[in-house]
Amino acid sequence: MSTHTSGTPAGPTTEDPTARAMTAGALPRRLGWWYVAEHTWRAMRAYAWTIVMEGIGQPLVYLLGIGLGLAAFIDVSVADGANGPVTYLEFVAPALLASSAIGITMGEFTYVVMSGFKWRRLYWGMNASPVQPQQIVGGIVFAVVVRMLLTTIAYYVLIVAFGAVVDPWTGALMPLVGTLGGLAFGLPLLAYAASITEDKGQFAMVQRFVFTPLFLFSGTFYPLDTMPVWLQWIGWLSPLWHATEIGRSLSYGSPPGAWPVGVHLAILLVMAVTGWVLARRMFVKRLRG
Amino acid sequence: MTPVIAARGLTKTFGDLTAVDGIDFEVPAGESFGLLGPNGAGKSTTMRMIGAVSSRSAGDLRVLGLDPDAHGPEIRSQLGVVPQEDNLDPELKVRENLIVYGRYFGIPRATCASRADELLTFAQLEDKARNKVDDLSGGMKRRLTIARALINEPRILMLDEPTTGLDPQARHVLWDRLFRLKERGTTLVLTTHYMDEAEQLCDRLVVVDHGRIMAEGSPSALIRQYASREVAELRFGSDRNAEAAARLEGMAERIEVLPDRVLLYTDDGEALLERVTDLGLHPTTSLVRRSSLEDVFLRLTGRSLIE
Amino acid sequence: MTTTTAPAPVRRGGGVRALYAGNARAILMRSLTATKSSNWAVVLSGFFEPVFYLVAMGYGLGSFVGDLTLPGGETVSYAAFIAPGLLAVSAMNGAVYDSTWNVFFKLHFGKLYQAQLTTSIGPLDVALGEISYALLRGGVYALGFLTVMQVMGLNLAWSALAAVPAVLLIAFGFASVGMAVTSYLKTFQQMDWVTFVMLPMFLFSATFYPLSVYPEPIQWLIKAMPLWHGVELVRGLTLGVLDPSMLVHVGYYVVMVVIGLTFTTTRLRALFLD
Repeated sequence: MSTHTSGTPAGPTTEDPTARAMTAGALPRRLGWWYVAEHTWRAMRAYAWTIVMEGIGQPLVYLLGIGLGLAAFIDVSVADGANGPVTYLEFVAPALLASSAIGITMGEFTYVVMSGFKWRRLYWGMNASPVQPQQIVGGIVFAVVVRMLLTTIAYYVLIVAFGAVVDPWTGALMPLVGTLGGLAFGLPLLAYAASITEDKGQFAMVQRFVFTPLFLFSGTFYPLDTMPVWLQWIGWLSPLWHATEIGRSLSYGSPPGAWPVGVHLAILLVMAVTGWVLARRMFVKRLRG
Repeated sequence: MTPVIAARGLTKTFGDLTAVDGIDFEVPAGESFGLLGPNGAGKSTTMRMIGAVSSRSAGDLRVLGLDPDAHGPEIRSQLGVVPQEDNLDPELKVRENLIVYGRYFGIPRATCASRADELLTFAQLEDKARNKVDDLSGGMKRRLTIARALINEPRILMLDEPTTGLDPQARHVLWDRLFRLKERGTTLVLTTHYMDEAEQLCDRLVVVDHGRIMAEGSPSALIRQYASREVAELRFGSDRNAEAAARLEGMAERIEVLPDRVLLYTDDGEALLERVTDLGLHPTTSLVRRSSLEDVFLRLTGRSLIE
Repeated sequence: MTTTTAPAPVRRGGGVRALYAGNARAILMRSLTATKSSNWAVVLSGFFEPVFYLVAMGYGLGSFVGDLTLPGGETVSYAAFIAPGLLAVSAMNGAVYDSTWNVFFKLHFGKLYQAQLTTSIGPLDVALGEISYALLRGGVYALGFLTVMQVMGLNLAWSALAAVPAVLLIAFGFASVGMAVTSYLKTFQQMDWVTFVMLPMFLFSATFYPLSVYPEPIQWLIKAMPLWHGVELVRGLTLGVLDPSMLVHVGYYVVMVVIGLTFTTTRLRALFLD
């Protein structure tokens, strides 16, 4: 308990104020992003159950629904790996894993960000502390990356348990690829969310006209080239398709004629880096205007 | 001793708009300094520049001897900021809000926790420590925001419209807390458009309008300089005020005609009222009061502060 | 506000009259007026989701699946098989969204209901008003989707016309239950649980493949769920495969409506009147 009966905090010390400022600013300059991540994780505790259900419940439902249902129903092979035909579940599993990482960004990089600027205004509080806007973005993204990694790792364990991974050793890189896919989709979204000053239902539009079509037309449930060419471009632009194709080649190898893994990887990196740069710029502009 | 804040020709423009137009001021350590002015006068923009979250367009600014453009994090590590709109985290409990915020300054968690307990006592919120923020009243939220701003033991506490939207009782509780901080030697910088608040809290203030400083001094000096000792407020009915004022011409040091009343500046209000009655004028209501900063503002800008 | 001209209600001690002033129309009008000024693209966008699914799954996956033979011996294309399922699912999603998220937001943040409840409008007016608005939209989407099906050559039977009222019944059933559930929820996070109930229903309820792929016990479990009844009902109507068991599906939804509204009314009375 406090020793002052009045409870009034101690007044300023007699130390040289400039020197004191220089010392006190050093730690936040280095670790500001980490403090933001700490705060973000603490806030996630409020919806911890949702996170767990999304991480374990949702994959289970999808794997049961597709594994027991759709896979049993489709009696032809839809795709080949490096060594011939693969099962339907093996084909779909990498796509489901990647889409779970992307799905996380649909919450964390949309309404949460809007709330930080507009409804709860938490970012303005952080902004008044020594933490810099770039560190705020860094901390948010880091916290979400950790959530994506944990979710995709759980997903990976489940798909291995369902026998949906041909080579579990190389396949173990899938959570990393899925998380990269999540960033390739999520960071541009984060930049967009940070630019929105008024809620006019933009995120519902993103959900319906970006997220859902990407989920459906990214070669998720059948190979992309099954689609007529005039619909295939959706897949080419889709972080989900690129992440899924890498995941598939990690699981069962690329069939002849597939795009090289390096190309997929490069596209994902370009998307993520572009989004990252834009998001930082938006945060600085908004908080330091 | 060097001032904790020194501004010279400080200017901020947004496109064509000049929000702050070349202002000069200094704030010595331990002073309680106020920026008084109507909404849109440039107070908040000035506060943001001092708070090292908005860079200046021209002029010079030093906070604790440092340039905010180069040493933002260092300056902000020594500031406590109470924004106009609360931005507490409603997902966290009252005490957690303080601890989480303290971490942004790189303060170890244990130190944050013990300071949080002290500050909750100071803010008279000990028994609310485990409550959700949304359970607090408006006044309690403000006090929590102030407690949060003190978690880093700041050299300068900056308050933007600290009591806007609070009921009179909550305002007085808050003023009492701020007064205690002032007594301990914390430098306070606050903006307000409330005269009584400025008179209660500020050692010295600047009156700001259209991004410029109109006057500077202690509240009493400003009143002495720009207003008379007393004011007689007369109401003749909204359509007759102007007409009555014309007949009162020359009876007081200065006359202001507002839509709803006529203000007569004089050293002896009661005597003036008698002379008005002698003239055969009978206001529907009359009132004599001491001059306030409101009158100073009216004199300086020709406008009332709160419309 | 369009609610100010409402006639003064007669409030009696108990019963529905205390909650219902016969003025759900005022709420519906308010919702429609609000829609006019909101983003039309957002309101209309709900129509596209089932269409995307139909194109992606019906044609993409359909090229691997080929045609299906129904229990009655009729052969249909995969797209024609899943389309009615998607229609039922979109009715469910729309109704659940409007009766949970929307209502919850208004109850807790919009402060809209307090305003409405201080005028001469009961909580049940509010509930029915919101549901009618959801249904109205659902009906428009359904007509649009049926048109898309016809244009895509999924040869609708004449009985497909009856799919519109069927879709409305399905939506009404889900909205009533959704409303009841919402009136018990306290935080936004609890809302996520609603999603976790809907996802398995969506995937398992014979939407994308016949129920026969499952072992019998699982089939019975699925048949106990509401969505399956909706999918079967709409599918029978669009394909023109009619049989008396459809009355069971209809009955299921009627029961949902009754139970949902009973709970909603009881709960709202406890919240607002006691």
